[in-house]
Amino acid sequence: MNSKNRNNHIILCVKDLKKYFPIRRGFLQKISGWVKAVDGVSFEIERGKTMGLVGESGCGKTTVARLILKLLALDQGKIIYQGLDISGFSEKEMRPHRKEIQIVFQDPFGSLNPRMTVGQSVEEGLRILGIKSHTMRKARLEKLMEMVGMSPDSTDRYPHEFSGGQRQRIGIARALSVEPSFIICDEPISALDVSIQAQIINLLKDLQDQLGLSYLFISHDLNVVGYLCNTIAVMYMGQVMEYASAEEIFDNPHHPYTQSLLAAIPDSGPGKKLEPTLLKEDAFDSSAALQGCKYRSMCSIEAPRCRKEQVLFEKIGEGHFARCWKAMKK
Amino acid sequence: MADDNRLISVQGLKVYFRSGHACARAVDGVSFEVRKKETVCIVGESGCGKTVSALSILGLVTTPPGEIIDGRIVFAGQNLLELSEKEMQKIRGNHIAMVFQEPLTSLNPVFTIGDQISEAVRIHKKIGAESLREKCIRLLKDVGIPAPEQRLEDYPHQLSGGQRQRVMIAMALACDPDLIIADEPTTALDVTVQAQILELFGAIQKKQSMSILYITHDLGVVAAIADRVYVMYAGMIAEQGNTEQIFRNARHPYTQGLLASLPSLSKRGKRLYSIPGSVPNPAYKPAGCPFHPRCPHKAPSCSTEYPKMCDYGQGHLARCPILFQDKGHHT
Repeated sequence: MNSKNRNNHIILCVKDLKKYFPIRRGFLQKISGWVKAVDGVSFEIERGKTMGLVGESGCGKTTVARLILKLLALDQGKIIYQGLDISGFSEKEMRPHRKEIQIVFQDPFGSLNPRMTVGQSVEEGLRILGIKSHTMRKARLEKLMEMVGMSPDSTDRYPHEFSGGQRQRIGIARALSVEPSFIICDEPISALDVSIQAQIINLLKDLQDQLGLSYLFISHDLNVVGYLCNTIAVMYMGQVMEYASAEEIFDNPHHPYTQSLLAAIPDSGPGKKLEPTLLKEDAFDSSAALQGCKYRSMCSIEAPRCRKEQVLFEKIGEGHFARCWKAMKK
Repeated sequence: MADDNRLISVQGLKVYFRSGHACARAVDGVSFEVRKKETVCIVGESGCGKTVSALSILGLVTTPPGEIIDGRIVFAGQNLLELSEKEMQKIRGNHIAMVFQEPLTSLNPVFTIGDQISEAVRIHKKIGAESLREKCIRLLKDVGIPAPEQRLEDYPHQLSGGQRQRVMIAMALACDPDLIIADEPTTALDVTVQAQILELFGAIQKKQSMSILYITHDLGVVAAIADRVYVMYAGMIAEQGNTEQIFRNARHPYTQGLLASLPSLSKRGKRLYSIPGSVPNPAYKPAGCPFHPRCPHKAPSCSTEYPKMCDYGQGHLARCPILFQDKGHHT
């Protein structure tokens, strides 16, 4: 990140992001502890590229998304969007930049207002953009619907009249309406049927090619992430355990957690059996959160050192980072 | 195939749901069988009728609106559809047990897991309090729950998702059933936990020599565990065969489309194949072959004639006469 040129390359850079939620107990609701939902997350996303954020439920993926969107106030760290540090921005300062960063949610039904027609939902964004002319909004609306593969006459219908895949297309149209350059996709296909998933993946790729969009693609499905993303960050308990290009993650994973995740993917092809042996059965120990490596209680190569030392997120190769001191030695 | 090896066979099952004027043909002439010690997967998308087929076996289809119109379900020499509710209760849980998708909603939140497992045993077997407790502990140990003695007193909310599903499996195993029906048991779980549960199913089956009917939408899971596979689409069996036949040599355009549309690292840079359109509403299924509006191989006859099952030999069947003719087979 030395030259200015390289900085221009990066659309979003987050550094050491932290968000702790208080646990309140008792009558006085005193704070008795903290849930470290996001505990030191750093990554960069290049312009026009896709970064995958993978991890199991509860690892803090969605919290990261909400921090970037500034729907949640962050406790520590920096969010640099297009070279601009937005981490300290107030609601008012953020407003002009809001339309730059959009989100597509997992559940397209829950995120569309059931009492507004699809046209009204999508048009709302156009109004915010400041398009005052009704005919211009109408024309733009039709263009948006066409871009996501929906017929223009569907704008007068309500969300319940559409199938899951169509609703997700509408959700994408709504995100696109304010002409963003960066879209966070929070599990956009996991609620959809298998035969529909490929349609939405193709749509997201086409839109990226046409409009030069950058994506943060949040998913628990490593097959999808491997297909779609340029780089992948693997999260576990609020921390990024490994970050590298998709090829590196799949061909040369260094962190034991990445290795066990990859071993657990049921691959479509007979003969490949699962290897869950890499995981210690039900060994999860929440006290592991207190000191040392967060993954150590589940880890197959745990050593005494993992218990004592804070593990750092360090470079182990070109564009390849991992949070495991054994990975460093490799 | 040897008749005596057959544990359960469903023949020409039709289950319709009526509401007002509409009639949803959820299951429309489905036949499948599970042999002894076999893992059979039914794979399909939401609304294809896979869960309704499974529920019919146990007589759990809510009537009305559901109605079993036609078919036979033969288990141990008797047609389950002709049994009375009382006779059915002796089979349910005892000979055929079920594991559901969402363990938190299937477990009762106000009883300890010990209570719930012992209930499953007590209904079917006369057993003393002490040996009942021992049996529960052994069951929990079998499904890989650490420190089972203490876990007996726990309530469902105190367990993790994977452990709750293990408890569900322990309940299903309580009476050493001949067949376990598992309806998307790992869909709500994380991948690493899913891998553990799938491994557990494999281990139990080996140890207790029972059959498993596994219902899922995930082709990856199917590849990992199944001996034989039935692919369902819109209330019909589109294709059936062993894992090798289905994954390496799919003969139905729907199966072929599904496999081609799965993303993976090796398909990077290439455009994914996607099946156009969407799954038909079961109440308004297209005439002829229900898949024809989405099919790349459709012929004029597809919109009028219900497709016949075509036999490719060695238990591999596909309901698509068009591809059957293309390959030089004669009908």
